[in-house]
This record gives sequence, C-alpha cells and structure tokens, in this order.
Amino acid sequence: MRYIPLKNDSQELRLFESRVLIAALLGTLLVLGLVTRLGYLQVVKHRYYATLAQNNRVSALPIAPARGLILDRNGVVLADDFPVFTLQVTPDRVPDMKRLLAKLKPLVALNAQDLRDFRRRLAQHKPFQNVTLRAHLSEAEAARVAVNLTRLGGATLHARLHRYYPLGGLATGAIGYVSRITRGELQGQKVGRYFGYRHIGQLGVEKSYQKDLMGRIGFKDVEMDAQGRAVKVLKRILPHAGHNLYLNIDAQMQAIGEQMLANRPGSVVALDPRTGAVLTLISSPIYDPNPFVNGIREKAYKALATNPAGPLDNRALNGLYPPGSTIKPFFAYAALQTHWFNPHKHVMCPGYYHLPHSTHLFHCWKPLGMGRVDLKDAIEQSCDVYFYRLAFKQGIDRMTRYLGYFGFGHRTGIDLPGEYRGLVPTKAWIKASGKPWYPGQTIITGIGQGPLLVTPLQLADAVAAIANHGVRMRPEVVRGIVNPVTHHVRYKKPYAYPTIPRRRKKSLKRLIRDMTQVVEGSHGTARGIAYGLPYRVAGKTGTAQLWSVVPNYKGKHVRSDALFMAFAPVKNPRIAIAVIVEHAGFGALAAAPIARALMNFYLLGHVHARTQNQSRPQIARVRTLP
Amino acid sequence: MSRFERWHLDKPLFTALFLLAVVSLVVLYSASGESVHFALDDALHLVVGFAVMIILAQISPETYRRWSVPVFTVGVLGLAAVLAIGAVRFGARRWIALGPLSIQPSEFMKLFVPMALSWFFARGHLPPRLSRLAAATLILLVPVLLIAKEPDLGTSLVVLLSGIIVLFLAGIGWRTTLTVLVMGAAAAPVLWAHMHHYQRQRIYILFHPEADPLGAGYHAIQAMIAVGSGGLFGQGWLSSSQAHLHFLPDSTTDFAFAVFCQEFGLFGNLALLALYLFIVYRGLRIAFAAQDTYSRLLAGSLSILFFFDVFINMGMVAGILPVVGVPLPLLSYGGTSLLIIMAGFGVLMSIHSHRRLIN
Repeated sequence: MRYIPLKNDSQELRLFESRVLIAALLGTLLVLGLVTRLGYLQVVKHRYYATLAQNNRVSALPIAPARGLILDRNGVVLADDFPVFTLQVTPDRVPDMKRLLAKLKPLVALNAQDLRDFRRRLAQHKPFQNVTLRAHLSEAEAARVAVNLTRLGGATLHARLHRYYPLGGLATGAIGYVSRITRGELQGQKVGRYFGYRHIGQLGVEKSYQKDLMGRIGFKDVEMDAQGRAVKVLKRILPHAGHNLYLNIDAQMQAIGEQMLANRPGSVVALDPRTGAVLTLISSPIYDPNPFVNGIREKAYKALATNPAGPLDNRALNGLYPPGSTIKPFFAYAALQTHWFNPHKHVMCPGYYHLPHSTHLFHCWKPLGMGRVDLKDAIEQSCDVYFYRLAFKQGIDRMTRYLGYFGFGHRTGIDLPGEYRGLVPTKAWIKASGKPWYPGQTIITGIGQGPLLVTPLQLADAVAAIANHGVRMRPEVVRGIVNPVTHHVRYKKPYAYPTIPRRRKKSLKRLIRDMTQVVEGSHGTARGIAYGLPYRVAGKTGTAQLWSVVPNYKGKHVRSDALFMAFAPVKNPRIAIAVIVEHAGFGALAAAPIARALMNFYLLGHVHARTQNQSRPQIARVRTLP
Repeated sequence: MSRFERWHLDKPLFTALFLLAVVSLVVLYSASGESVHFALDDALHLVVGFAVMIILAQISPETYRRWSVPVFTVGVLGLAAVLAIGAVRFGARRWIALGPLSIQPSEFMKLFVPMALSWFFARGHLPPRLSRLAAATLILLVPVLLIAKEPDLGTSLVVLLSGIIVLFLAGIGWRTTLTVLVMGAAAAPVLWAHMHHYQRQRIYILFHPEADPLGAGYHAIQAMIAVGSGGLFGQGWLSSSQAHLHFLPDSTTDFAFAVFCQEFGLFGNLALLALYLFIVYRGLRIAFAAQDTYSRLLAGSLSILFFFDVFINMGMVAGILPVVGVPLPLLSYGGTSLLIIMAGFGVLMSIHSHRRLIN
C-alpha cells in the first residue's frame, strides 16, 4: 500500500461536495437562462426570424414585358421589339480570363475597343456581378456562342428585347421613341411604377401611350446566396405584354410626303375631316430615332442638335408659322356671318391700300392690282387689298374670335405631347403684351401676317373644320389599342369640338365654292395642280413673308414660306391637308404639288405620274387590325 | 469485468461521447454544404480524438499527477514560443508550425492549467490559505496573460475560467471571492482600455447587434436568424438555408450550433443540451468517486469547464454572450480543441477506472 497523505479527507470531500453543489446550482441557472433564450428565439420570435431567413434567401427579380408594337393603319410595323444578345462574363467563375477570351475570339468579333471597354468594366465590377463583353451580337454570333456555352465556363448569353424602328426616321414626329429611364424621370412618379423597366417613351405616342405600351412587369423569386448569386428560381409571375397601338397614320402616304419634302424644312399634316384621324404627320427634315434608344453618342447628338435645319424640332406640332394668305378663308367666313357683308360687292384693287387719314401704303402681292374683285375673286387670286379692307371693317376682335372658333391660338388636343398653342392677337393677348395696338397691325393680320402664328396641325384641323360642315374634330394619331392576348380592341372615339357659329346658312357652302376656285378657276393661285384630277379640290395657297434681317441657314436671302391647305373631294371630303415648306417661295409652286400627291394617293391609291417617281416604302411586316 | 472496464473506459460517458460524435458528423455534413470530403475529415479527427482518449485512459492518475508540472512548464514555454516565432493567421499569432502540423499551444493550456493547479492544491490542506491562493493565482495568470497577448481573448478567458474553477473547487473562501470580484469590477475599465478595437466591438455588438448588421454585428444577427427560424421542430436536416447559402459565417466551426438550431429546432436543442448535461453529470460523478484530492479537483474542474465550453458557445450563438471564438465541444470542426477535449475525457476515464478498493 502506497502512502497516502493523511489529510482530513472527509472534510475535504464535504467541502468539494458543497462546492460542486453550488456550481451545479449556478449551472442550472445558466442552463435555464439559455433554454429560455432559445425558447424566446425559436418560439416567440420564430415568425420574425423565419421571415428574415426567407428574405435572406429569396429576392424578387423583375421580368420585363415586351413593349407594345406600334403599327400604321394598314398594319405596317413602325415600332418593333426584337431580341438582342449580350455576351457577359462572370469573372469570379473564370479561372483563366486569357484562355476564355482566346476561345471566344473565333466565335465573336471582338475589336480593340470592345476589349478596352471590357477591361475597364472588369476593373470596376463588384464580386459575382456579370461584366458585359459585347452587346448586340449578331444572330450568327449568338448561335455560335450558345452552342459552345458549356465549353465557355463563366460566359453567359443574355437576351433582351430591344426597341427598334424598322422604317428609320419615318413619322418620328408622331411615333417618338423610347430611351433609357433617367433618375430625373423617375422623380415625381409613383414609387415602383417603373421598377424593372429600362426604357420609357420620350416623344410621340411612345410617350403619350406609355401606360398602354409598357404592359405590366413580372417577377421571379430567386433563391440567392450571401454573395447575391442566383441559385434557383422558386416562383414566377409572368409579365403582361404591352398593348399594341394601331395608328391612323398611313406609312406609305407618310413616306411619299417625306420623300417629296426631301429633307427641306417643312411640315405636312393630313387629317380625315370626319373623324380627326391623323393620316400623315410629317416634320421635315427627318431623323432616325434608333440611336436614341440606348443613348445616342454625344457627337451624333450634337450634329443633330446644331443642324440649322433643326431636324429635332417637331414642326407639325411646334413649328410656328405666319399663316399668310391661308388665313383669308377664315376671315372671309367671319365676315360672311355679318349682316353688312355682301360677298357679291366688287371692290377696286389698285395694288395698294391705305388707312383713312394715313399715307402709309399696304401693298397687294400683285403690284399693279387686280382691278375689281368680289369675294370669289379675292379668294381665288388671293387679293390682299380686299382682305385689308375686310380687316379694317371687321376689327381685330371679331377676327380673332373667329380664329379661336377654328382652333387657332388653342391646342388641338391631339394625342401627342408637347403641342404648341400658336399665337392669336386677341384682346387679352394685346393687353398682356403691354404694347399699343395700331390699326395697321389689324390690316396686316387680315392677310395672315403680323404677330399671328399657327402650327401646321392647327391649319390642317381648321381647314378640316371647313370641310366637315363647321365641325372641328380633335386630331387623333391612335386609332385603336389592342390587347395582344385577348385581341380586344379599344377604338378611340372621335371627339367633336363645338360647331363653329354660323348665322348665314349658305355661308360655308359659298366659302367652299370660292376655295374650289383656287384650284379650278382660270386665275386660281393653285390652278397648277388641277390638271387631270378626277375629284374636286378646295384649297388656299399662302406665302408667308418673313421679316428677318439675318440670312437663312443656307446663307441665302430670306425667302418666304410656302403654304397650302386643301381638302377633297369637295363633296363629302375625306382628306384635309396642310403643307408648309419653309423658304420655298410661292405656296402654289412648292407646297401644292405635295398636297396633290398625298390626296391622289389617299383617294386614288396611286400618285399621279406628274408628281415625281415615288418608290413605295419597304414594308417589313404587316399585321392587320382584327 | 466488462469490455469497457478492461479498457479502463466508462461506458455511459463513452456512449454519450460517441452519440455526440455522430451528431457532429450529421451537422457538419450539412453545414459544409453536403461535402463528403469534409465529413470524412471530421470523422478522422473524431477517430484520432477517441484514440487519444482511450490511450490516455490507460495511464494512471498518479502518473498524471507526477507529470502535471512538467507538461505545464512545456505549455508555458510553447506559449512563449508562439509569441516569438508563431505563424500569423487571420491577424493573430496563435499557431506554431511543427512540420506539417500546426499546433495551438493555448488550447493545451485548457488541460494543463487545471492539472497544474490541482497538483498545487493537492499538496496541502484544503481550504488553502491566502498565501497559497496568491501563489496559485500567479501560476494561473502566466499562461492567461501570454494567451491574451496573442491576442486570443476567448481562449485566454476560458483558460482563466479553468483556473478559477479549480480555485473554487479547492475551497476558496467567500470573503476572498467577494474581494476578487470587487477588484475585478474595479479592473474592468482598465481591461476595457487595453482591449483591441474588435474585441470592444464584439462586446458592444452583443448589446446592439443591429448597430452594424453587415460588419461587427453580422455574425450575431445571422446566427440569431438561423436559431429563430428553426422554430420548435426545425427545418429538417440539410435544410439550413443560412448555412447552405453562406449567410452564416463559420458554420462548420464556431457557429455549427446555429446550423443545428435551424435544422432541428428547439426540441433538437433540448435533446442536445440534455446529452451535454449528462456528460457533465457523469464527469461530476467521477469526481465524487475520486480517491484523492488531485483526481477529485481535476475531474471536477474538467467537467465544469466542459459545461462552460458548451454554455459559452451556445450562449454566443443564442446572442446572450459576445462572439468569442470558442467552439462547441465535439460538435464543431476543429483539430486541436477536439483533441484537448478528448484528452480531458481520457484523464476522466483514467481517474474513474483506476480506483482501488481501499476499504
């Protein structure tokens, strides 16, 4: 037996036992605390933490819907979506970037710029984010990459729908375009409305029908890991495709007009006077909207913005022109409603006019005068002196009031954004301008000069009102909105403005007859377009003088704007048109043939042989309105 | 004589430990993202751990008593060596490289400190006098300060705790205890001033984990999410989204318990806790039955230390203790710590199985 130190062993054991007991008590307390805590987390707060775990795990990713198509009245696609392929690389999954690029070289065209951009993006990328190597792969390239994707670890192919305007600059003024949403555009919008969208309509129907075109965003719930990598898709809410827009615009007619304008600054607006349907809306020169979709290069944009011809201005809506003689029928209409006006009374036109007690002479465009003219002659030959006298007699108040009835000085209410009001020197305007109004200004307003400014759209709508028995219709670019799934069509209802007041029953008929003389009369200013027309046309030419001392963009002397407005057939008119060609001289020469060509095309289905040889626009795809 | 007794093993303790080893394999397989390789690695560690335990169980407690001082001295020298030539990993100097092995001497001190202090107290009468207590405190503070210097606050506190447990079991007077507590409270601000920034952060984050959810509070918050989302019954094995999607850091080591919580829920936790408490209970039984002061103190302190290891880790995961790098015994993946724990149980079994009939 070994020696065991003789200590008070039982006492020590008792001490030890009491200490362990105390420790056990303390331990029990600790365990109780721990269990309480676990119970609190796992039972009381379970739902809270389960939600947190779920949020950790799942994030909702947007699925963008296809944007609605825009088609013309015959189903020609004007704005389309087509898939573009983007080649992206996830750097964290690429063991050897050089090898990957070497493998991609034979499959995809990569130029030095692409590689430079890629390296720049690579340096800035966040972990596990994709880096774009090349956008806009051709279909062949996309196919080659897709086939080899398993061999190309880390490379991914992304398809996205891309807005495309197949006819280029055709009717950009009416269609507009989409471009990337900027932060500024999101401000003031309901939060989340554009979540998941990359593009938004900027101009034209792309903007005014944004809500119909955009559809509804879809979502997929994706399980994500802590690095934000998608692990698997748990749930999908499919997006609703945007609705398709069928326009009233006829793409071929639009193309003919644009080609005849040949990028000279100007504008053409053609309406169906019965409904206000916009058949053609041209702002020339035209420009291609496609580069704007994903951000136009600064240089290209500068070239457009600084072009003195101003292609970016939408002249149909925003071009402010002195109407010149085209305003005369409206003043004639105003006069015809009075009891004192006798349209048969002849007036002497000596080639000039002066106010009583004044020596200032107002000249007629025919220096030697026209001799004795009544209303018919005055409209047919566009006698200025006749309308000087009429203006003096009517006074500016009455004149501007009637212009207001025809829609001048007001927005037409067309379904396009950014329309201008024009300028009519009403009493209120004169008062607000703070300058005195001289009787001489009334006189020149009588022939469409002075402060009076109209837009081509207003002019077309006003002449359409004459054609439509004094009922002015609101111009409508969109004809119907089609749900692509149900094919349900929402047609836009024509909207009529209050009928223009008429005190003399036959006054409108008389005015139309006189306007017909402009084309058919032996002295008619537009008689040049009358040959061989199988239908009758009523119209009015105009030549707006510009008082500009600055030479025009070509450095030449300022020439007047050529204007022409017309409707046809005279009985039951189906088309009303306004044409303005800037700096083109006499309206009868520059503007009237364009109107004739478009009316021919619309009413007869072909352009007359004399009006240049027009190639028809290429039609990409046709989808007819159901 | 049963097979267990012949091999100097305690059957209940061995069974409980074996069960824990199985749980460890199950949890780590899931926590590692279903990596068989990883599970095999853990299994190898466990096999080595059990082997060490069985080998150490064959050695008599008397031998341990005699070797207490030498191994403690070697341990302290090892700690000094770490500070001098140790390898820096994760910004701390904790390891020495010995060929292919890297050894963490601080872990060994969890065993060597109780051994040395038990040896020291077993030499005299209990309860010890104040002068002996002071000497024991000195023995204790040398390794604790060396480890704190590495810096490894967690391990140094555990080692300190292991020493305090021996002091407590040796019968330290209540008056002394109170004095030390008051002094400790007075020293706390000084300690705080000397702590590293990240250590202060952890303690601050304990009370305000949401203050820095992606930085210092990230571990604590993600662990609580894992625990809380487990609910009563858990989400099932291999269904811990927090671990599988890598939201939970250190899911195989310090936060393996969080994975267990999410997968097996409150009932699983209670069962696991019961298993651990049974082991502690068994260890204390062995201590009661020990035949000399050294064995009694050592067995008691090792058992209680084991309890605190478990409690500190679980408390950390549950968010009632700061995030200190203390693994959950047996369950967490780790070489050295597992080895030390199993060595401790080897010593316990040796104490239990080498009793003699003295009556």
